[in-house]
Amino acid sequence: MRLAFRELLLAFRRAPLLGVLGVVTIAFSLFAFGLFGLVSLNVRSALREVEDRVEIRAFLHEGVSDDEARALLRSMAAVPAVAEVGYVSPDSALQRARSELQEFRDVMDGAFLPGSVELRLREGQRDPASVAAVSKRLEAFPIVEEVRYGREWVEKLYRLQEIAALAGTALGGVFALVAVIIIGSTIRVSILARTREIEIMRLVGATNGFVRLPYLLDGAIKGLLGGVTAVALTWTVQQLVNGMLMATHFFSGSQIAGGIAAGGLLGLIVSWLSVGRHLKGVWRD
Amino acid sequence: MPGIVRVSDVSKEYPRSGFALRDVSFELQKGEFAFLVGHSGAGKSTLLRLLSMAERPTAGDVRISGYSSATIRDREIPQLRRRLGIIFQDYRLLPDRTAAQNVAFVLEVTGASASVITSRVTKLLTQVGLGDRLDAYPHELSGGEQQRVAIARALANEPFLLLADEPTGNLDDRATHAIYLLLREINARGTAVLMATHDVAMILRSGHRFLELSKGELVYDGTDLARLQADMRGKR
Repeated sequence: MRLAFRELLLAFRRAPLLGVLGVVTIAFSLFAFGLFGLVSLNVRSALREVEDRVEIRAFLHEGVSDDEARALLRSMAAVPAVAEVGYVSPDSALQRARSELQEFRDVMDGAFLPGSVELRLREGQRDPASVAAVSKRLEAFPIVEEVRYGREWVEKLYRLQEIAALAGTALGGVFALVAVIIIGSTIRVSILARTREIEIMRLVGATNGFVRLPYLLDGAIKGLLGGVTAVALTWTVQQLVNGMLMATHFFSGSQIAGGIAAGGLLGLIVSWLSVGRHLKGVWRD
Repeated sequence: MPGIVRVSDVSKEYPRSGFALRDVSFELQKGEFAFLVGHSGAGKSTLLRLLSMAERPTAGDVRISGYSSATIRDREIPQLRRRLGIIFQDYRLLPDRTAAQNVAFVLEVTGASASVITSRVTKLLTQVGLGDRLDAYPHELSGGEQQRVAIARALANEPFLLLADEPTGNLDDRATHAIYLLLREINARGTAVLMATHDVAMILRSGHRFLELSKGELVYDGTDLARLQADMRGKR
């Protein structure tokens, strides 16, 4: 192992530019992937925020007592898809309207507003079908006069989410593939530059493992460094966007660690495959 | 006396270029010095590759130091190589390492300790006459000196057999002779030498056994120098 590190250092000293270039290339390919990930992450979280506002409101008939309303609440709270329920009595509805619509205060004197029940659905249960199903249940109660949930709006949101998920998967796949190809060729170049060394090592009786180790370390370290650089670049961009455009989310700690580890692992695997090809032949002529 | 190398009915055929060797058989004894002659493409390098197990024969069997080409496993090949010394026309030194580091490399591969390596490297390079050039890089050395470093490297693991693939092909007459004398000296200490060469004059001077390859076939194995002279003239 110590020897392998020495070999690695020697290789870097001999061709520092090649080493740096390798790390930079890997960093930028992962950076592109990271930027894409950042965009997709933020689109998703924005959509989820919007989705959080999906609610179903059931307006009750005039004269429905608070007790009747509460019975309705209890039975709806037992529905699995429902996350929370709330009751707005006719009085509080009026108060809310007064405070929210100051300009129309006068009009509202002596006015009547129906009591209503508000439902929020659990995450994952906010698709058009689930929303419709829950509102059907509400409509079944005799005390309910009308159910509203903005059907069109829910359907559009749902479509948007589907498109975002599909585009995310497709683009993410392409970016990941590009990163793999670039990292692969970068490491191949550094191994090709040392073909002669591999030949000589084999010639003097080095085992395959011994030959491989420095290259595996090289690939893994380049991948890790590239990953760290890519995270730093992505973070910088995110900070700039935060400062100049809008507040955005960054990756979680485990996502960052996973990304860097993936870079290292990728470097390792590609090195393994590349050096394997060179372990076959020894004499060039 | 048991042979250290036994080549039995060995053929090597390449998918594109056809037969490089055909039905070659010979033995090498412990401590022997033999030449391998023949024109370019006669199969000399192929034969040496087979002996180092860099390739396997298409037919026949190569036995070397208890290993057989038919049964040797991939992971046993490094073990065999450590008991062989191999040198080439183009030296094959690592350009970014000094003479001493090039030799030390072989010992590091086998896991020798640092102190053993240092003293052994100095001894080896002194033996080949480069005791004062330990820290020279290959490009600072003449061709003959580079080949000496390669020889020191080949000797590092005390091989029982030294395979030399036209080691003097790039050298002038004086350097060639010096390398030849060095190989003789190594041979005198007990290492068998099989040396491929174009240099008929060298063989004539030495009087050693020579194996003559022509178009992949072993056409002569012996010490009849008159025959060698006639053959090489005839083909030119």
